[in-house]
Amino acid sequence: MLVSDIMKTNVITLSPEATIAEALKLLNDHHIRHIPIVDQQNKVIGIVSDRDVRDASPSIFTNQKESETLHHQIQTIMSHPVVTIHPLDFVEEIAAIFYEEEFACLPVTRENKLIGIVTEKDMLYTLIQLTGTHVQSSQIEIKVPDQIGILPEVMAVLGKRKVNITSVLLYPNYKDPQYKIVVVRIQTMNPLPTIKDLRAANFEVLWPNLSMETDV
Amino acid sequence: MSCKAAFIYSEQFQTYQFNPDHPFNQLRVAMTKDLLEKTGVLDTSQIVKPRLATEQELLLVHDKNYVNAVKKASNGTLSTAEGLPYGLGTEDTPMFTNMHQASSLLVGGTLTAVDQVLEGNVAHALNLGGGLHHGFKRKASGFCIYNDGAIAIKYIREKYNLRVLYVDTDAHHGDGVQSVFYDDPNVCTLSIHETGRYLFPGTGNANERGIKQGYGYSFNVPIDAFTEDESFLEVYQTALEEIAAYFQPDVIITQNGADAHCYDPLTHLSSTMATYEFIPKLAHEIAHTYCEGRWVALGGGGYDIWRVVPRAWSQIWSTMQQQQILTGNLPNEWIKKWHGSSPVTLPTTWHDDKTIYHPIPRKKEIEEKNRNVLDHALKFARNKQHFNLDHS
Repeated sequence: MLVSDIMKTNVITLSPEATIAEALKLLNDHHIRHIPIVDQQNKVIGIVSDRDVRDASPSIFTNQKESETLHHQIQTIMSHPVVTIHPLDFVEEIAAIFYEEEFACLPVTRENKLIGIVTEKDMLYTLIQLTGTHVQSSQIEIKVPDQIGILPEVMAVLGKRKVNITSVLLYPNYKDPQYKIVVVRIQTMNPLPTIKDLRAANFEVLWPNLSMETDV
Repeated sequence: MSCKAAFIYSEQFQTYQFNPDHPFNQLRVAMTKDLLEKTGVLDTSQIVKPRLATEQELLLVHDKNYVNAVKKASNGTLSTAEGLPYGLGTEDTPMFTNMHQASSLLVGGTLTAVDQVLEGNVAHALNLGGGLHHGFKRKASGFCIYNDGAIAIKYIREKYNLRVLYVDTDAHHGDGVQSVFYDDPNVCTLSIHETGRYLFPGTGNANERGIKQGYGYSFNVPIDAFTEDESFLEVYQTALEEIAAYFQPDVIITQNGADAHCYDPLTHLSSTMATYEFIPKLAHEIAHTYCEGRWVALGGGGYDIWRVVPRAWSQIWSTMQQQQILTGNLPNEWIKKWHGSSPVTLPTTWHDDKTIYHPIPRKKEIEEKNRNVLDHALKFARNKQHFNLDHS
């Protein structure tokens, strides 16, 4: 999946000469946490977060309504240089940046011009969509030996019935590294025939498994 | 106190059958009627025949193209490729001959129940053939073609202009009904169901609260797998009482899926008959407190049709008709009549013994988690209550 698939293209920006007060208003009005600062050619020259702006705002304990500091230009508090990403970058790479760095927003640029934005929140949302839980479905967990050709075997069993597969996740089984866990979401209210097929093909179905509770 | 009640029934409910192996089996409605008759609490004079829903009425909720597709499937002229976008011809909702008529009759049954109550003939009405809550605007799903509950609510809004509280205690999320009224502040939906983490349809999170004008009028309490009677009923009682006080409904519609029972093959909850004895009792009380008794109850899921559904659904009727639950032994004649067809041993008493399932080791944890989810789900209603008190 590419950055261009998940980025938001309707980006709210400010010029470097805008005031901190304007930034504060934008953050509040649009319920956003980051504003890229762009020059006249739409090149990203800095970025401010809600925390930067809050640091520059007067304390809620002072009764100063109109603080001098709010009239300062935004470029006096913006962070720069800015880490930007490309629309053709892979989403997995962006996730690594979020994990390693202390910021939660990445402007997307093409030929030095701002064309979109990706936040940590967008990443998380994408991840949830990828697991398929937003589509009507039932979940089945299967423990399979970690060996070549096992996934096609599982899918062949599922393919026997007229049931749409919403998503497939395959992850390592940390307790027993010789096995992997396959999580399949299938679009049916009655997964029993499929589970029966899987058991008949000698696959270990971890869930649904009603005897599990008594084994704990 | 004795209330007048109507039992909507027709032999023709049996025509809603996908295939002989399908878990959705309307034989449970006939078995329930037989059980009530043999118990001596259902009289012929209380039975009302359902009418067919008109196409106009189906279109209150469903898309014209979808209804046309169902009609084509009905006479075998819908191709597989044409059917799949509408969810027709899948494992859950296969096509079958006369499916349009069969589905229209279930909807008509629910509309008959609504008219019986709202025209003042009876205080309560029960259509066990209805409660098909997974039907969507243009998609069949989860064994449901037309969404009778949603159509009935639209019908009530248009014809009677009343505020409707819809209460869904099926083990699966009432996603179809919720979706139709997600932006409607005059229809409040409450669904209590097994968490969608593993179970179909997967939706029904506590943070699904509605949108636009309808924000704060959709309630969802997803409970953990292996939830038992005490916790289920704690959630049900707290949620229904607080939401009824918050919404002040004019009429209540309950969807009484009976698939949260520990015997049910499709779900993973651990209720017993105790849950199904209390559900109608509280619904009845709430209907009298807020709605001058106006209460329409529907069927829904329920896939152990032998040991669970007839007993569970009989308690709804008993509550409606004589304000008490049935206790003691089941009538012998009923057991005699059905035991031959049943693949499992039929129960002999109305109540279940607690020993019918293994003790759940995580019971305490499950109860705590359900309580947290409940608090989260009711947050909005509680805040609004405070707000109203402060500003009145």
